[in-house]
Amino acid sequence: MLAGLTVLLLVISAISLTVGASGANLWTALVQILRGEQIGLQESVILFDIRLPRLVMGILVGAALAVSGAVMQGLFRNPLADPGLVGVSAGAGLGAISAIVLGGLLPLTMREGLGYYTVPVAAFLGGWFTTILLYRLSTSRGRTSVAVMLLGGIALAALTGALSGILIYMADDAQLRDLTFWGLGSLAGATWEKVFVAGPLIVLALAATPFLARALNGLALGEAAAAHLGIPVQRMKNISILTVAAAVGAAVAVSGGIGFIGIVVPHLLRLMIGPDHRYLLPNAALLGASLLILADMISRSIIAPAELPIGIVTATLGGPFFLWILLRNRSLLDL
Amino acid sequence: MAQHAMVGPQLPGIARVPMAPGLKATLLAVAMALAWPCAQAKAEEVERVLSLGGAVTEIIYALGEGDRVVARDTTSTFPAEARDLPDVGYVRSLSPEGVLSVAPDLIVATDGSGPAEAIEVLQAAEIPLVTVPEGYDAAAIRLKIETIAEALGVPEQGATLADRVEADLTDAIEAARMDTPPRVLFILSLQGGRIMAAGAGTGAQGIIELAGGVNAMQGFEGYRQVSEEAVLLAAPDVILMMEGAGDHAADRRDVLDHPALGQTPAARADAIVRQPGLLLLGFGPRTPEAVRALSGAFQAARG
Repeated sequence: MLAGLTVLLLVISAISLTVGASGANLWTALVQILRGEQIGLQESVILFDIRLPRLVMGILVGAALAVSGAVMQGLFRNPLADPGLVGVSAGAGLGAISAIVLGGLLPLTMREGLGYYTVPVAAFLGGWFTTILLYRLSTSRGRTSVAVMLLGGIALAALTGALSGILIYMADDAQLRDLTFWGLGSLAGATWEKVFVAGPLIVLALAATPFLARALNGLALGEAAAAHLGIPVQRMKNISILTVAAAVGAAVAVSGGIGFIGIVVPHLLRLMIGPDHRYLLPNAALLGASLLILADMISRSIIAPAELPIGIVTATLGGPFFLWILLRNRSLLDL
Repeated sequence: MAQHAMVGPQLPGIARVPMAPGLKATLLAVAMALAWPCAQAKAEEVERVLSLGGAVTEIIYALGEGDRVVARDTTSTFPAEARDLPDVGYVRSLSPEGVLSVAPDLIVATDGSGPAEAIEVLQAAEIPLVTVPEGYDAAAIRLKIETIAEALGVPEQGATLADRVEADLTDAIEAARMDTPPRVLFILSLQGGRIMAAGAGTGAQGIIELAGGVNAMQGFEGYRQVSEEAVLLAAPDVILMMEGAGDHAADRRDVLDHPALGQTPAARADAIVRQPGLLLLGFGPRTPEAVRALSGAFQAARG
């Protein structure tokens, strides 16, 4: 399975570098370079400054969302859990909206220093802050209550939603369009800087997840049973939540809100290979990355030279497909 | 910027380090390929123009340079032949590759085109980009025309067009002047009965004032959802809406049946004016036409 998905990811990545609005093709360009011929500036910009960072960012974001989804579902023992549950998405959304609407109020030096990173940075801080707040609220005497976190997450989401609403009301026409497009998500803004800022966070977070796998398996039996098995339940919760907040915060910050991957990829894999997190987590990373790159290829070629926000693609393709899988395997899901 | 520097200028230095001949040749080739930007001179004659923004496209065609336009954005819907060109998407959410795929040698973009990341990539690709300032009065139209004409290398045509439009506009404004200006409510959308109206600092207020009216909605900037009571209080003599613009389109019937709008002087007199959005809010060569169309309706409502 792991090998198959690795091959799938490599193949899709290779295709992704050759597909796009323009006719530029990486392989022809590589052959040209190896022959010592010169390739045009526009072609090199398209390949090395647009498609390549976009591909890398797609892999990172897809893997981050899928793995975080799997960790959350394991941690909350709830098939509906997604990274949104720990408040990351709502908080990141509020951060992004604040930056878009109120960004003009920042001191000029700060605005110039951050440039167009104002929105990603604000989104990341917003997501991180909300998660930490929710975590603090649901932890008392060193014990985090998953139930409080779930319900508290809903309350915080309502609160950040209200604050976002106020900001949306204050926004002008142009800002409203920016908000809408941010919410639909896109990899179109991929740059190497974004990859280098978000990449290490996501990679570090993902690297931590294999160590959670056994504990998440134990947790499936319930918290008490897991503790009896010798699993450090509280420490594991801390690590899971911080990991997810970092990975999803970084992913959402650079690509906006991309739904569906975090829920569907883990479930698809559970149906295919079962619920063992030791296999689920790495496979989720590969499948999430592959699906997101595939969706991105569609998003940028279907109405070329214009581009469809990727959130629309993941939802229109993923929704019906997921329903089909679900109905075919109904019996497997009755827990 | 940095992302360009990363693959560009540093590599020639690396290639000079002693290493296996094969690898060296490869790296050198890569370096040369990536250093190509410096060699590529700016085109003398721009033949492939990408036009971003409805008014920008209108002006290019009005200058008689429409045959040089190879692609447009979604908001460029006039003149009709512009619609046949490839559409690179909404002007504020451009995809860099989509833009590069139409191989423009000049991009003329309305103020606010973006996002910034896309613009930066286009700069890295060394495609000249001219930003056209936005504004909602006669001076702004002249500035737009002159900026675009300059970018296309036809400043004389620009001066001629700007003079013509300005004279035409002055006439239209003169003819539109009224002793008691009508109060005009501009409704951007009427989705689900909720009224999205134009306040200060909008193109809508600009065109209303040029056509001899005053904006009935005061006290806020931009386009806002307004309450039904505020609409009744504003007591507009004329209700102005855009036609044929997707979800902005609101039927006349909706206005008359609306609990608040239906009670306004405008609805009672059936003074509901609908004009194409780009004509009203474009602030380009057709603005005199828009002023005449509106002032006719305003005077009818007043008289």
